[in-house]
Formats: sequence, structure tokens, C-alpha cells
Amino acid sequence: MSIDKQDVQKIAHLARLALTEEDADQYQHSLSSVLSLVEQMQSVNTDGVKPLSNPLEMTQRLRDDVVTEENRRDAFLANAPQTEAGLFLVPKVID
Amino acid sequence: MNWEVVIGLEIHTQLTTKSKLFSGAAVGFGAEPNTQTTLVDLGMPGALPVFNKEALRMAVMFGHAINAEIGMTSVFARKNYFYPDLPKGYQTSQMDHPIVGIGHLDVTLEDGTTSRIGITRAHLEEDAGKSLHEDFQGMTGIDLNRSSTPLLEIVSEPDIRSAKEAVAYVKMIHSIVTYLGICDGNMAEGSMRCDVNISLRPKGQTEYGTRTEIKNVNSFRFIEKAIYTEIERQADILEDGGRIIQETRLYDPEKNETRSMRSKEDANDYRYFPCPDLLPIVLTQDYVDEIKATLPELPSQKAARFENEYKLSEYDAHVLSSTRPMADYFESANTIVKDAKLTANWVMGELSKLLNQEQLEIENSPVNAQAFGELLVRIKDNTINGKTAKDVFQAMWEGEGSADDIIESKGLKQVTDTGAIETMIQTILDANAAQVEQYRAAEEDKQKKMIGFFVGQVMKASQGKANPGVVNPILVKMLKG
Amino acid sequence: MFEQSISALAQQLRNKDISSVELTRHFLDRITKLDPQLNSYITVTEQLALSQAEAADNLLKNGKGTSLTGIPIAHKDLFCTEGTLTTCGSKMLNNFIPPYESTVTSRIQQAGAVMLGKTNMDEFAMGSSNENSFYGAVKNPWNVNTVPGGSSGGSAAAIAAGLAVAATGTDTGGSIRQPASFCGITGLKPTYGRVSRFGMIAYASSLDQGGPMAKSAEDCAHLMQAMAGFDEKDSTSAENPNDDYLTNINAPLTGLKIGLPKEYFGDGLDSKVADVIMAAVKEFEKLGATIKEISLPNLQLSIPSYYVIAPSEASSNLSRFDGVRFGHRCDDPKDLLDMYMRSRAEGFGSEVQKRIMVGTYALSEGYYDAYYLKAQKIRRLIKEDFVKALSEVDVIMGPVAPTTAFDLGSKTSDPVAMYLEDIYTLSVNLAGIPAMSVPAGFVDGMPVGLQVMGDYFAEAKLLNVAHQYQQHTDWHLQSPTMAKGA
Repeated sequence: MSIDKQDVQKIAHLARLALTEEDADQYQHSLSSVLSLVEQMQSVNTDGVKPLSNPLEMTQRLRDDVVTEENRRDAFLANAPQTEAGLFLVPKVID
Repeated sequence: MNWEVVIGLEIHTQLTTKSKLFSGAAVGFGAEPNTQTTLVDLGMPGALPVFNKEALRMAVMFGHAINAEIGMTSVFARKNYFYPDLPKGYQTSQMDHPIVGIGHLDVTLEDGTTSRIGITRAHLEEDAGKSLHEDFQGMTGIDLNRSSTPLLEIVSEPDIRSAKEAVAYVKMIHSIVTYLGICDGNMAEGSMRCDVNISLRPKGQTEYGTRTEIKNVNSFRFIEKAIYTEIERQADILEDGGRIIQETRLYDPEKNETRSMRSKEDANDYRYFPCPDLLPIVLTQDYVDEIKATLPELPSQKAARFENEYKLSEYDAHVLSSTRPMADYFESANTIVKDAKLTANWVMGELSKLLNQEQLEIENSPVNAQAFGELLVRIKDNTINGKTAKDVFQAMWEGEGSADDIIESKGLKQVTDTGAIETMIQTILDANAAQVEQYRAAEEDKQKKMIGFFVGQVMKASQGKANPGVVNPILVKMLKG
Repeated sequence: MFEQSISALAQQLRNKDISSVELTRHFLDRITKLDPQLNSYITVTEQLALSQAEAADNLLKNGKGTSLTGIPIAHKDLFCTEGTLTTCGSKMLNNFIPPYESTVTSRIQQAGAVMLGKTNMDEFAMGSSNENSFYGAVKNPWNVNTVPGGSSGGSAAAIAAGLAVAATGTDTGGSIRQPASFCGITGLKPTYGRVSRFGMIAYASSLDQGGPMAKSAEDCAHLMQAMAGFDEKDSTSAENPNDDYLTNINAPLTGLKIGLPKEYFGDGLDSKVADVIMAAVKEFEKLGATIKEISLPNLQLSIPSYYVIAPSEASSNLSRFDGVRFGHRCDDPKDLLDMYMRSRAEGFGSEVQKRIMVGTYALSEGYYDAYYLKAQKIRRLIKEDFVKALSEVDVIMGPVAPTTAFDLGSKTSDPVAMYLEDIYTLSVNLAGIPAMSVPAGFVDGMPVGLQVMGDYFAEAKLLNVAHQYQQHTDWHLQSPTMAKGA
């Protein structure tokens, strides 16, 4: 299984990773080799096998509907690159 | 060309839990930005979600209310996309295994026709935050208070065929979720938001046309208007031989038009997969049955009961049961009045008129159901007549006191004392001797028309307080001489 | 002092033979002297450590505290520590000061342990050599030209070199066991769900598990006493009560049934490593155990299954690093998209970007069934292999890695070859069972770890097995020359 450079750029865009042409060349190569590695799964017959997403197959625990957290805005904003008036700032979003 | 309109709706209802879907932060509208957030809502590295018990209960309640299959095993999935108001880069939602499966609703239109709208599913998901576009150094501000607020997304089948039907369906959903108390129904605050999928097809064609999705329409009126404009836009394109592009559009109420949302132009590939931080929700039959047993009376059940118990017309019963506060108001007023027709007329008439004028919800009416009932009792026992009652009600509305206080202080009590009325009539007959002569000379059917003059004089003299039911027979008798 | 066990140090602290402040200074001095050669720490929290040591001394003075009180340990730099830089080995989090404490570090802190600092690691725990750290590669104290293993390489190297008494690690596909093996220390990956993931920066949520790393099984047991157990903040946390990990640690191994999976001893296993493992197994026979050959037929499939599931979960888990609320943001973004694209491309290293892309691809429309769903089905087959085997034997033994520590830079050009090195560890994470790496000997002067795998929640059993072995061997007591030099 190999993928072309256009695929790499498409995936990178979905994942929001800016790739240079050079990066794309390199990732085309390395992604192809990983995909070939995982390709061997296809040879296994898994008909009737239920997918396993949690190893213990536990079920969801429920939380009581109570407010347990207080306002810690200042602490939470402290790591943000840019803030103002209690808001996280990002480049203009155009709807 | 004769087009058939095909509409499907996705309604996001915000559940009235105290805390968020996956965190212990408070849920609420209008708090200072980012003051109702936790590590989880902010998508902090290492933070993990834990599911709110009450949101589950509310979703199951809704499922019962629309006669739906309940998902005995439901699974949260991640919907992956980047957006600044989506802190984790994915929305936790449900995909293959929603909590509520196939159900339906019967929707009654104003003309009395009923149609059954299929509901594909209803699933739990977390809300996103808000982007504030006021100018912050030329940037956008992100407020994540709403992040992780629980939503129940109700997805209809494309069974709706007109704007009116769409509105009736949304109103019905609104009425159900507010009846159940699982959503406050406040559309202005975004507690209920609709995405409308619309397509046209030539009448008779079975396959669907290409649809567009109008996002976030937030009032009944706008839903109707948005659908009309979008139908018109699509019909124009199709009639010019054009093709509809499948896209997301936004309704602009000011211009009354829909426009394409360019910012979400990316061909979306949401890469759904089961959320590994959350486990399957497995329900027991006991749990599901228990919720069913405690379900409150629903609007359709209440309407049927109103028809039966109070002998109201289907329409009146439907209107009065459309919201729980209105139904409650009606019923508690009527326990005092004990005349359902009178109470119904007044709730749907005078009360609704004043509420509309002032754009008030019934639960905020300055006259409560008790006081309102007491006023109607005074009509029933002939203390005042209907016309006077309107004036009294207006005075009550303005806070002048109870019905009895106002009747007393303004001296509005009807005169029912026959002696007093006879004296009053005699005075009027004496003062209008010529008219009395004419009356007596006239033929019987003419007399009937002429009596109105005398009644008017009596009412005038009594300042409207004479009871017309008492006045009429006495007047006829005295005119005969 | 640096070679002593937690029990021995705890005894001396209690007897006032030493103070925690002295002990902590001793380790801080060693870090200053030796760590420049190893690069095992990203952050050394000297001030904090000394103040915690002082507090511990006060507790001890009043006869209070636990066996961890006053013991200087280190945390892998993916556990969020309130007020202390937590990088996850990434430029992305080069400036991230968590506003909260992870459950694991919080519990260890409550037990009175002293935090020396945060250890180096492969970026976002993705790697088997610790060469994928933004803060530079970690060197193996047994030979600084070789890798310490990864991703918890900093923790393993620090313990081996005597730069911490013990440390926390995390294991998603072998990240505790493989570095433990390469550095000659003891490490335990608990059952999935036994140790809370709250505050652990996620790589692959359904595989990640925190665990202890230390010189000996007994030391690991001391750490487990503090760190394991139900946490209501983690939905995947197991609710069943903890075992006491020390009570039965001395139980005899008579009658212990050991399974040796033939797939663990096939082609690809270095024959000298195989000899060391077989010698260890012989030792267990001497202790009264019986040996049975078993089969884990789907072992080979653990590599493709893991390299679909882990990157898929990672691609989603790492979406939150978007330059909005924390972490790296590129300079002068020209618009929103540019901010995302460049912040992430600059903030993540190439291995992380590669795995994000693999996962993005595997989950994307049209590929989900063939990749993610298929991998989850194979995951079940792998789990069933273990369940079957563990119904026949008490523990399963084999090598942790096919070789001893390899040379720095020797595998960076062929990542797939590096992935193949994980063959003996990945399946344990896919199944969610507990497993340990126990020092079992040396090949050409480099340590070899014996892997001991057990049934769900059998950590106490594993610790007992390892401890008994360590009562009769001294591989775990060996220290590299460089550690003794200081």
C-alpha cells in the first residue's frame, strides 16, 4: 500500500499540519511504509469477530449532576498565547 | 414546474442539567466569559470526561415521549474537526449507537389536519463554545462557557412537506421538551436551535433532490421565513435549469435571505470513532421502565384530556395544552372558576392579548392564575358583566389590586336590585315620553328594534352597572304600561 | 545511598539515620554531576524537592507518613504537575505549566514522596528509543552510546544511574518495560484501568497506563500502594478495590505454572538474549515453578493492530494542541488556518506528525472499516489468546525486547524496523493485561529484562513472582560504572 504526495497533503490538511514539499516527500515515503506494515491485517479472517475498543469491556460510570468546580479562569487562561477580557484570542474567524 | 418541498430538521435542545455533560462545571447563560469552565471543557492536556447521570435520564425521557426505541447500549463517538470554539478538536457525540432510536410524532396543523413525522434518532452530544466577533485587536475572542453543555440532537426523517408543517413540528418538540422539563425552550438564548435541511423535487418524483442545510435558525418565525426564502431560491435555480449545490447556508433575518457559509468550505471528513475515554452506556430494562412510569402528562395527552374532561373544542384544547405553563394556568384558574369554557375563552382571549402586547410569557403574567380565576368568578355570579370585567382585568394587570378590590373601589358592581332598576327605568321613561309614545304605537317587531334605545339609556344612567339580564324583562314590562 | 531500596531508605529515615533533606540533596547533587551525560531530566525541581523533603522530615519526626515519605523520586514529564513545567517531551508544550495535578502524582505526593523533577521521554510517548524528544536524546547509563529505550527512557536511565530512587512511567506499547529492560531496572505496566489516567497527557487512551519503575519489584510495590486504585475522574478507571501489593510479596512460588509462548522465542530474538531468558526460567524452576509451552498465535498481528489503533487515537487526542488555549503558537499567523497548520507543524516533531497522519488516514472516510475496525477485531483475537493461555498457566514469561539496547541513531532512518522491536510488548497493551520487566542478566555488558505477564489485576502476583526471583538473584542490584563514579 502506498500513497501519493497529493494524499499526504490531503491528510496533512485534515490534521492541520503544514508540510513543505520536502516534508511531503519524506512523509509519503514513511507513511507508505507504515501502511504496508499494517496491510498484513487484511490477510486475517475476522468474520464474526466483535471489535474490541476497551480491553476490560467495562461500561460507563455515571456522575451525579452536581456542580463541583469553581471558577478558575485566571489559572486556566495563564497558558494561553493571547487573551483579552477573559477570552482566548485567535485570528479572525469568518463565518 | 410544480415542486414538492422536502424538509428534515435537526433540533439541538440544551438539557437543563445543573452541571455539564462531562464535567462538574455549572451550566448557565450569560456568565462572564470562561468562568464556567473546567479542565475538561477547555480540553486541557490530561483532562478526562465523566458522563452526567441526569443527561442520560433526560434523553431516555424524551425517547419515551416520542414512542422511540431506547438504545439499551449507546456509545459516544468523537467527531473530529478543528474550530476555535471546539477545544479538544473533536466533539463528543453519538454516531452508530444513539441513546434514542426510531420514533415519531403526530403534528396537528392550524387547519386541524394531522401528519406523522418520523424521528430518525436523538443523540446526546456536547455543545461547543462561542466565538465573539467584536474586535479584539482585530482578532476573535473565544468563550468556552458553553463548551460541554449537554445537548440532545433530535433528527427528523425528511417527512416534512411545508414551512407550516416544519414550524408545527418544532413547536411540538418545543412543547414536549418543556413539558418534560428537560429543556427551558428559550430559543433567544439558544436553548433550542434548528438546522433545516431542504430540497425540492418535481411533484411525483420519488428520489430526493439535492439538499441544503440552513444552520442555527433560532425562532419559530425565522424557521418559517427561512424555509420560504430557501424554497424560492432553490425553485429559481431549478427553473432556470441550474443545479443546487449541497452546502451549509446561514439565514439572515435582516435581509430575509440565506447565504452560503464559506468558512466551513472544507470537505468535511469527521473521522468518527468510538471515544476511548468513555465507555458504552448500558441500560437495564428496569431503569428504562422506571423512567417511563414517572413521565409527566405530555401535550397530546393533555389536549385529549382537556377535550374530554372540560368539553373543550379540539382547537381550544390544543392551544391551551401547547405549553405547560399555559395549561397549568388554565387548570388552576379553572379550579376556582369551575366554568372551563369561560376560563378557556378568557385565557385565549384577554389574557393572551395582553401577554402578546407586552411580549410576556404566561409564567410572567402580572395577574396570576388565582387572581385571574377570582375575576372570572365575578362574571359568573353576575357581580360584573363581561365588558366591565375587561376594564377590571386591565386594572389588575396594572397592579391596582384584586378583582374584588377594584370592583369595590371603583363601584363597578352590577345593579341587580329590581326595585332600584325599576326606579331608574321609570325616570328614563318619564324623561323620554315621546319615545315611549312611539314605542307603544309601533308594531311588535319594530318594538324589538326600538327597545335598544331604552336599554342604552339605562346602561348609561347606571354607568354600565345595570345587569342587562335583569334590565330587559323589567323594561319590556314597564313599556307596555 | 543511591543504590538502596525504598524499604531500606524508609527505615533509615524513620530511624533518623538520615533526613529526607540530606537524601534529597544527595540525589540533586548526583543529578547535577551525572545528568549532563545522560539528559534524563527535562526539569529538575530543586526548590520544590527541598521544601517537600523538609515537610517529609517534619512528618517523620512526628512518627507519621508512609514508606514513601521523604523518598526522592521522579515523574515522567507527561504527568501534569501543578505549577511545574510539563512538556511531554515536545516543543508544543515547551511553556506549559499545568493548572492542576494528575491523580498519580497527587497520590504519590500525598504519600509524602519528594519530587526531584520531570524526566525526559519520547515526544508524546511515541518512540522506543528516547531519540524523539525535543529536549534531546537520553543516553543509556550502561553505555552512553546506546539508547535507554523509550518512551519512559528518562525515568529508566535516571533510576539506573542512581539519579532517583524510583520514578513513574507510562506504557502504551512497552514504554515502561522496554526502557526498564534496556537500563536494567524493574518496571510494571499495570492492568489497563488500575492506575488513573487523569492528568496523564494522552497518547492512545485505550492503551495508555501509568506504572512504577524502580530498582526492584518491592520498590515497585511500594509505589503501586500509592498510585493505583479507582479514580472517579477517569471513566475507564477500574472500580474493583486494589490488592495490597506488599502482603503476599514473599509468598513461595512452589507450584507456579509458567507459560512460555513459542512465538516469543522464534526468529528475530537475539540468541544471547534468549539464553539469558532461559536461564531466568531455569531459576524459577529451582524455586518450584513448572514450565509449559504455550502459544499466542496472533502475536505477529499485534504490530499492525497497534500501529493503527494507537495512531488513530493519537490523531484525535492531539487535536487539542491547536495553539489556542495553551502550547506553541506560530509567529504572526496570517489567518486561522495558518495558525493551526504552522503551530502544529512547528510544535510537533516528525514522529508525532507521522503518527497523527497515519491515524488521520486510518480513520478517514472509506478507510475506517479496513483499518480501525479491522484492528479492533484483531485486538479481540489477541486478547482471547491471552485469556486462553492464562486459563492454563499463572504467568507468561518471555523477553521484553529482541535485543539489548541498540546504538543511538542506528534505527532512526528506518522507523518500521524500530516498530518491529516492539513485538513482545505491544500485545500486552492491546489485551490490557499487566506485565513487568525484571532484570535477568547481561549480554555483552548490557542488561536484559525478563518479561512476566499475568492475568487482569494480577499485579500483586507479578510483583510476588518478580520479588522472589530477586531474592535469589542480584541482577537488579547491579549498577553501571558511571553511577558509581560520582
